[in-house]
Amino acid sequence: MAEITYLEAIREALFEEMERDQNVFCLGEDIGKYGGAFKVTEGLLDTFGESRVIDSPISEIGIVGAAAGAAHMGMRPVVEMQFIDFIANAYDILTNYVATARYRAFLPCPMVVRGPSGGYVRGGPFHSQNPEAGFIHTPGLKVVYPSTAEDAKGLMKAAIRDDDCVLFFEHKYLYRRIKAEMPAGDHVVPIGKARVAREGRDLSIITYAATVWKALDAAEQLEKEDGLLVEVIDLRSLAPLDDEAIQATVRKTNRALVVHEDTRTGGIAGEITARINESSFAWLDAPVLRVTAHDVPLPYAPSLEDFVLPQTADIVRAARALAAY
Amino acid sequence: MPKATTASSAKTATVSGKGKREKPGDAASSRLSREQLLDLYYWMRLTRTLEERLVALYRQTKVVGGLFRSLGQEADAVGSAYALERRDILSPLIRNLGAMLVKGATPVEILKQYMAKGDSPTRGRELNIHFGDTERGFIGQISPLGDMVPVMAGVTLTFKMRREDRVGLVYIGDGATSTGAFHEGINFAAVQKCPLVVIVENNGYAYSTPTWKQTAARQFVDKAIGYGVPGEQADGNDVLAVYDVTKRAVDRARRGEGVTLIELLTYRRKGHAEHDNQSYVPDGEIERWERENDPITRYHTRLIEEFEFSPADVDGVDDRVRREVDGATDVAEQSGLPEALDALTGVYADPPVQPALWYRVGASSVVDVHERPEGWGVYSAKGDKS
Repeated sequence: MAEITYLEAIREALFEEMERDQNVFCLGEDIGKYGGAFKVTEGLLDTFGESRVIDSPISEIGIVGAAAGAAHMGMRPVVEMQFIDFIANAYDILTNYVATARYRAFLPCPMVVRGPSGGYVRGGPFHSQNPEAGFIHTPGLKVVYPSTAEDAKGLMKAAIRDDDCVLFFEHKYLYRRIKAEMPAGDHVVPIGKARVAREGRDLSIITYAATVWKALDAAEQLEKEDGLLVEVIDLRSLAPLDDEAIQATVRKTNRALVVHEDTRTGGIAGEITARINESSFAWLDAPVLRVTAHDVPLPYAPSLEDFVLPQTADIVRAARALAAY
Repeated sequence: MPKATTASSAKTATVSGKGKREKPGDAASSRLSREQLLDLYYWMRLTRTLEERLVALYRQTKVVGGLFRSLGQEADAVGSAYALERRDILSPLIRNLGAMLVKGATPVEILKQYMAKGDSPTRGRELNIHFGDTERGFIGQISPLGDMVPVMAGVTLTFKMRREDRVGLVYIGDGATSTGAFHEGINFAAVQKCPLVVIVENNGYAYSTPTWKQTAARQFVDKAIGYGVPGEQADGNDVLAVYDVTKRAVDRARRGEGVTLIELLTYRRKGHAEHDNQSYVPDGEIERWERENDPITRYHTRLIEEFEFSPADVDGVDDRVRREVDGATDVAEQSGLPEALDALTGVYADPPVQPALWYRVGASSVVDVHERPEGWGVYSAKGDKS
């Protein structure tokens, strides 16, 4: 089987799920004839028609709300945010309406909200965001953020089949930069399970999305230059978090570095650090450290963006400090 | 200042040249049976008597949270919901208790909801009439206003996609027409030609804010033009006019003609909630509406004078309603509060239960003690502590 990109893997999942289940449909801005701003939904319209691939007005509240209503009626909508930055417009309806529907009203809300996320692409303040932390904080939502093409496909299929709302963050830097051969058959990756991206024993890097690749590069360099065996955990799912995997790696290496592209304050690294502190303090040989973006809106110019976002060299430097503690 | 509107002053809008008012003999209400005419009275009376009972329970502190009245708006809720079929779905607002009752919500459920009972429709999770049942055809609202418009756009989009012969109805207050959710929802539904009826209930106030501070539009029905949908305006205190205007919109939706925006002119005689003293309302305004334009009094008169029911027929309904509300109160009061641990169930389908935090495990008695920290007092507006 030929290798396909991260982007094509998502598209393949959409095709397969729409083939499998008549209730699955796509809704979003410019997703039909145009195929979406990044062409994730290209070809869906020709195959499934206008009633299942709906070009919507520019209305994030409208389409997320409509998806919720359709989901109550037994549909499984997949909503595209043209850029995930615009999910902020739908924050009320996602957190107040969708996230609470099952709990307060016993209304099922099986839907996916997906969109291109993340930086390293010179996208500036409104085409580069990683707004996952605000949603992880909301009970009732699930959040996934894959780093590999296999997981992009498998998690999308799991998200569509999940009986609750799943926010599916797609890293746009990875869209056409990584490729993989898809596992044969109906490839579904369970939500809530992390992946060991690289085995190690000296320290653990816990991360997700694009920074998984930076962590792997850092681990390679640290092994060559310092003889350090670094374990890299790819969280894949951010809500729910895989506490078991986090505990297992921390108790194995006794040193943890949490890395994310999102800004620092209130970012998920703080939550992971707190959980390690609560569950595995006695196993730690060093304080948990974080490598994150700086707390500023993401600027456009290459020199500015590269400074603000976490880079491989930052991870190497922090890992060395952690190993030396 | 809202005028006491009568049927003659409410007019049919001429948007898109549709929605012309029928000649009196053509109105859908002229085809209602005598039983149905009395039915409309029953639902309005049940709404009012049930709310009066809730006020009594509120004053006895048996209602846990706030209490919301629809006094003076009963015709608007009942007449519109009555135009739907059983298979249709509506989404009520806080002043649409009557619409929910028509759709099959029971007084016992309403009373248990307000008293936060463990066997209430939401098992004590949500307040007041915030609950629903898609089988009976109503979907519970949430407090952020406007959100139900896009949700009902999605419900009715599904009807369209599945070619089901079903219609949706969503209520929106005069105030919430200012939200982005209202705009995005009705616009999306209009573009998609969803079988959706949007009823703007203009009751004069959004909490304390009068409509003239809410919009520069001359009237809410004018907003229909911007969405390219038919708009109609009707006297919201005339239950038959409400039924007729809604029925026309429902029929259009059923024929595949998409969204209609209806403005119902009514008046909120109580405050936003029971605590609200309505100090912002001009003197005499409430009293004038009560005297001149009470929807139940108006319909009562019509039933006797125009439809020639005997006073005994109508009073019989009042007696029946009183008995039903008494019986429902007895039932509802018997139930207990929810079990504390039920708070951790049902956030997700999977996992079905959230774990209790470790300091609560084996310490369930904390919920039996209503803590009051030492430093807390109750302060008056002047700052005196009691």
